[in-house]
Amino acid sequence: MGQTFRRITPQLVTLALVVLLVTVFFPNFLAVSFDGTRFVGPVVDVLKRSAPVALLGVGMTLVIATRGIDLSVGTVMAISGAVAAWAITSGYGLVGAVGLAIGAGLLAGLWNGCLVAIVGIQPIVATLILMTSGRGIAQLITEGRILTFSDPNLAFAGSGSVLGVPFPTILWIATAVVVALLMRRTALGMLIEATGINRAASALAGVNATVLLIAVYMASGFCASLAGIVATADIRGADANNAGLWLELDAILAVVIGGNSLLGGRFSIAGTMIGALIIQTINTGIMLSGFPSEYNLVIKAVLVLIILVLQSPNLAADWLFLKSMLKARRANVRSETP
Amino acid sequence: MTRMLLAGAALLALSVGASAQTIGFSQIGSESGWRAAETTLTKQQAEERGYTLQFSDAQQRQENQIAAIRSFVAQGVDAILLAPVVATGWDAVLQEAKEAEIPVVLLDRQVDSSDDLYLTAVGSDLVHEGKVAGEWLAKEVGDNKCRVVELQGTTGSSPAIDRAKGFRDGIAGKANIEIVRSQTGDFTRALGKTVMESFLQAEGGGKDICALYAHNDDMAIGAIQAIKEAGLKPGQDIKIVSIDAVPDIFQAMAAGEANATVELTPNMAGPAFDALEKFWKDGTVPPKFIQTESKLYTQADDPQGEYERRKDLGY
Repeated sequence: MGQTFRRITPQLVTLALVVLLVTVFFPNFLAVSFDGTRFVGPVVDVLKRSAPVALLGVGMTLVIATRGIDLSVGTVMAISGAVAAWAITSGYGLVGAVGLAIGAGLLAGLWNGCLVAIVGIQPIVATLILMTSGRGIAQLITEGRILTFSDPNLAFAGSGSVLGVPFPTILWIATAVVVALLMRRTALGMLIEATGINRAASALAGVNATVLLIAVYMASGFCASLAGIVATADIRGADANNAGLWLELDAILAVVIGGNSLLGGRFSIAGTMIGALIIQTINTGIMLSGFPSEYNLVIKAVLVLIILVLQSPNLAADWLFLKSMLKARRANVRSETP
Repeated sequence: MTRMLLAGAALLALSVGASAQTIGFSQIGSESGWRAAETTLTKQQAEERGYTLQFSDAQQRQENQIAAIRSFVAQGVDAILLAPVVATGWDAVLQEAKEAEIPVVLLDRQVDSSDDLYLTAVGSDLVHEGKVAGEWLAKEVGDNKCRVVELQGTTGSSPAIDRAKGFRDGIAGKANIEIVRSQTGDFTRALGKTVMESFLQAEGGGKDICALYAHNDDMAIGAIQAIKEAGLKPGQDIKIVSIDAVPDIFQAMAAGEANATVELTPNMAGPAFDALEKFWKDGTVPPKFIQTESKLYTQADDPQGEYERRKDLGY
């Protein structure tokens, strides 16, 4: 626990700074009230709206730890959302809709995993296939329109709350905790890291890298399907054109801001979750601050650039080097004086 | 090329005597519900008037549209409808149609070519749509103070710019109406809802907002859910006016949750065929731009009936 905390301290400091910055422009940012049934406030919105990116981030962290990448998660969200909306309107009930949607996500993950682990296509290309073609599949399911539904049970996944806390928030935190425990309380996490650092070596050491890779992409598909259900339930409709559009990039960004290396190996799900919160705090902050929308992307880009520059290992090394140089020079000066 | 034109001319000569007109329609694709409805209505209009419609779906590619127009010219159709995917690069192919004496009518989008290369263009005036929405709100609130929030379309797109401008024209001179917050919702339901949530947070939980103006109906539908979840009544506590008139907004109006929408009619073919008929009859040349009506629908205009009429158009 202490180790995890030390690992994500830079991310927590960054999050605190971003929150501070938003509070300067919107003083009531941290105000939370209880309206009788649920908590209300900008922070609650951040916790709720970070659900899709955080969920995608859980799967993406694992995939990136194996030195892969999954560009298809945004599209898988659209497919799962479309399946959920189609199933609920066709009378399959809540369990059927959620089950089929998750099944679609797992199937998409299986497809990606097989392309990467068995066929041996590079992950960025393998998942690009589904990223570009998957929206067509989603549009086929919705017949090209926004497929709306009115089932309150499915809508609960997007806008319901338990004990005043939005359901999407509970879902992403629970998913992150369960996956993190599964990785760290068993050897799974270590096996994934080993595969990411050197697949051949870990295979020689007895790790079944092929099955592990497929499982990791399926986990990513599973997380994407949860995100898709949340997004569809949120607007009570499946929007095949726009659901999860470009969210794969936000998920990768969350992984990177979370301090994980795109070259695979060691990973931290907690770091990615803080990364997702940082991104969503920036998004919500921009909306609350009331700047004209032309500035949205510029502000986001500048903030992300600053965060990544501050996290740069080269910069940190340079800084340590400069510090030691100064110290040495000062020590020299002192020793020469007498 | 010459042979193709000759074949076209020969076919044209043959078809003059025939009563049924053949019309070629080069559609952009089916990227949105609105465009699907435009295709459906064009086919309906052609059928009602007894035309034979040659339909070609370009799947968002200009080269497909150019190929389609060349094939229409070669077939010697009586007129060509073109919904151009981009504004530039049409000079050569429009010149070919002109030389074959086939009138071309542009639907809903414009081209940069010289205007003697086509008969007329049918389209809506985006600024006017915004103005109709603004004027409705100005009339609706009278002299009461009204703080308006605005959900804009995709930043930098012409509908977003023009509908924002038109709305401001519509409420010009009304000091009691003030646009307090504007943010893009990217024309989507999901962002419409997300952005509306932040508007509600920023404006005292929504108590300080009197009306919402959304650049399209989908964003308004998303915002309606956000308003409901915040414990307010959309349509009453916060008045909602948007643009497009898609079927789902009529459902919201029937439920009393939306107040008004301005129609961007998908029936561009109707006015186009009217102009063509006059042109064929006695050579009347229509004006170079035929503006479609931007009709305002409110809760008083039988929203349930409008929903039933529209739901099968392919939106």
